[in-house]
Amino acid sequence: MGKVVLVTGVSRYVGGVLARRLVADPSVERVIGVDVIPPPRDLGGAEFIRADIRNPMIGKVIAQGDVDTVVHANVIATPTFAGGRTPQKEINVIGTMQLLAACQKAATVKRLVVKSTAAVYGSTPRDPAMFTEEMSAKRLPSSGFGKDSIEVEGYVRGFARRRPDTDILMLRFANIIGPRIRTSITDYFNLPVIPIPLGYDARLQFFHEDDAIAALVRGVTGSATGVVNLAGDGVLTALQAAAIVRRPFVMVPMAAAGPIGSLGKKFGLLDFSPDQMSFMAYGRGMDTTAMRESFGFNPSFSTRAAFEDYARTVTPVVPSFDAVSGVLGGVVGAAQQVLGRPTRGKH
Amino acid sequence: MATTKSNTPNPTPRKKAPVASKRSSAAKSVAKKATTRKSAKPSTLAAGAARASGERARRRSTPLLSTAAAPEATMPATSKKAAERPAARNAASAASQSARKSAPKSAPKSATRATPRADVPAPVPGTKRAAHRPRPTARAKASSKASAQAGIRPQSPRAKRAADEAARRHLRVAAPPEPTPRTPSPDPTATQTDMSLPVPGIEELLSASIAAMRIAAQGAGISPEDVEHKIAAVLAYVRRRIEGDYSVDEFGYDEHFAENVVFPMLRPIYRKWFRVEVRGLENIPDEGGALIVSNHSGTVAIDSLMVAQAVHDEHPKHRVMRALGADLVFQTPVLGAFARRGGSTLATTHDVDRLFQKGELVGVFPEGFKGVGKPFKERYKLQRFGRGGFVAAALKAGVPIIPTSVVGAEEIAPIIGNMSTIARLFGLPYAPITPTFPLLGPLGLIPLPSKWIIEFGAPIETASHGAAAADDPMLVFDLTDQVRETIQQTLYSLLMQRRSVFF
Repeated sequence: MGKVVLVTGVSRYVGGVLARRLVADPSVERVIGVDVIPPPRDLGGAEFIRADIRNPMIGKVIAQGDVDTVVHANVIATPTFAGGRTPQKEINVIGTMQLLAACQKAATVKRLVVKSTAAVYGSTPRDPAMFTEEMSAKRLPSSGFGKDSIEVEGYVRGFARRRPDTDILMLRFANIIGPRIRTSITDYFNLPVIPIPLGYDARLQFFHEDDAIAALVRGVTGSATGVVNLAGDGVLTALQAAAIVRRPFVMVPMAAAGPIGSLGKKFGLLDFSPDQMSFMAYGRGMDTTAMRESFGFNPSFSTRAAFEDYARTVTPVVPSFDAVSGVLGGVVGAAQQVLGRPTRGKH
Repeated sequence: MATTKSNTPNPTPRKKAPVASKRSSAAKSVAKKATTRKSAKPSTLAAGAARASGERARRRSTPLLSTAAAPEATMPATSKKAAERPAARNAASAASQSARKSAPKSAPKSATRATPRADVPAPVPGTKRAAHRPRPTARAKASSKASAQAGIRPQSPRAKRAADEAARRHLRVAAPPEPTPRTPSPDPTATQTDMSLPVPGIEELLSASIAAMRIAAQGAGISPEDVEHKIAAVLAYVRRRIEGDYSVDEFGYDEHFAENVVFPMLRPIYRKWFRVEVRGLENIPDEGGALIVSNHSGTVAIDSLMVAQAVHDEHPKHRVMRALGADLVFQTPVLGAFARRGGSTLATTHDVDRLFQKGELVGVFPEGFKGVGKPFKERYKLQRFGRGGFVAAALKAGVPIIPTSVVGAEEIAPIIGNMSTIARLFGLPYAPITPTFPLLGPLGLIPLPSKWIIEFGAPIETASHGAAAADDPMLVFDLTDQVRETIQQTLYSLLMQRRSVFF
């Protein structure tokens, strides 16, 4: 076969590991990685080209490399990782537009794999328990990553219309979690005290990072097209997840979610948009029949196993609650001093 | 003794040690201390010398003795203090005399322990030096240790050096000993559960309360084993909740929570308050999908809970009815989460189809808010049955429809009026006025104890129509009417049969 694969966003975790994995794949001849910043990890045998997908330059990269498969893994979920909301939106939306424009021009491009997200389904109390691929959000995400992703998917559909000869695979990932990846959800569950919307207990689905890479590799090397939901089996509730990471949680009224979110942002603890807060309230489930049947992928981690794998690496950061309560101070310390000490029989 | 050493700034340090060695004359030392205390105030020179010679450290340890000394010690201490104050004003000799007078009184008590005496001078230096001397943190622990040591302190005349060392050792030991007695007890539990602080705390509390409960149970004449079993069950439940060791299905149904909280909580209401009588249980299949369609009434939609309870408790297979709720339910903070955990989900075709695919027993109340919020004068008159979506879903899945009639729920809170403005203000479908509700405040929310009858009717089979029949609106409407009529007729016949509303 001898595929030439272009991977955008190689400087971030998923893109980087994917590039390395693709190099090792026998059906792939050459891997070109593109990002605006040099990759912090070794890309194996992948070539790195420092190019901005927001710039028409990307067209030259595609044309000169005779790229036949493009993997768009550069939709950034968290503003802090992109340097703010404005660059995030630019990279996500303008970047996708430019990339797709370049792909449209390049006759060599035969396959496009887009890393999308479950956030396109939004999160409301009127949602069905499980979203299938053909359903759409009851209330469109109004801000942040979810809105960007909807726009990205819109452009991809437009591209599909203009280039019917290309195979397009759109992978909607549930929250990717694992011991190595850092996302807003890992930051969230890494908070000393996890804020959970008062009176809600969202159903959450997770997808392990190893499964995510494996699914992307399968998407690149396979021939599946269309939209596929990717999530681990089963659901966890927010309270359950907090119990598994063994962090105390605090019930926050939904009205206070905004101020708390901005506070978290200020302290660099967390970057949570209002959409993500409503996700933590109502949750979301995705039907994964298509993942198993048409896409033919069986994740090795269930939602719970993926989360536990993540939680396992969180605890070492927190050696023991006694020590951490002292070190972290703040609310944890105070709460545990109050709660834990008297019952420990310190007379 | 540590206390006597603290007096070393005075010209006679070595003399004091032998004096203190005689236990009977301990009171003397007290008196002397009193005097030295007074003298220490003006003589900063002496204080400086004390600090320089490391006395400060030892003194710091002495107040600890006093503050932590047993409460019994404070009694003589105060009395002594009272005695001392005038004495101190007089000459030193007079002070010693007064101390001698008080000595016989306190001596027998304090003979066993040296600490009470140490008590006397302690508070004063402590307060005096608080400004530039941080209070030692290990006060509470050190005291017991120190008092123990104080009893053993060498009393030989040349004990100064040894005592100095002992005092230093005491200082060194003051901080570390606290964890050693404490850690062994909570640690095993901590490693067992591998949990954060609250867990051992809860368990300790529970183990203590189990003992108390056993005694209480014996007193009350209940078998303590029963009580213990209950408590053990609660403990196991709490632990699993804290560890997140339970599973939730895709709709949010939390079996662990439902079986341990929801159903047990509703059981007394079901049995004792409404005394629900169930008929036609044989109409509910032992397995596979089925659709329970029931009338909806009672102002507060407690009838759905009671039907679910009836299916769970009375059916031989203890099936769980998955009720379908309006989106308002899932918007409401606590209610929504509770409903999902109890097995409810949103009334959408997607969810119903999915439930039937899993072979679940689904409960639907097609009247919705129209049924729950209808005025009392319209009781037992079925409202419009929605758009018949439930029939279409049953047809698509080919599951039987079980028409179910609930009698008694209408009377639990008769609606005699509606506060429509308030309802609109809060976005509610209705804001009822019942004979008790706004009048008695929260008490008005208690439902009246009517006697209930739940009858599960003969199933209406849908499989023979085929899945495509779901797209035949005429058939759907016909079936909807059939179900509605069946429920209405059953309601009338049940009303004829019941003797009274409350019995």
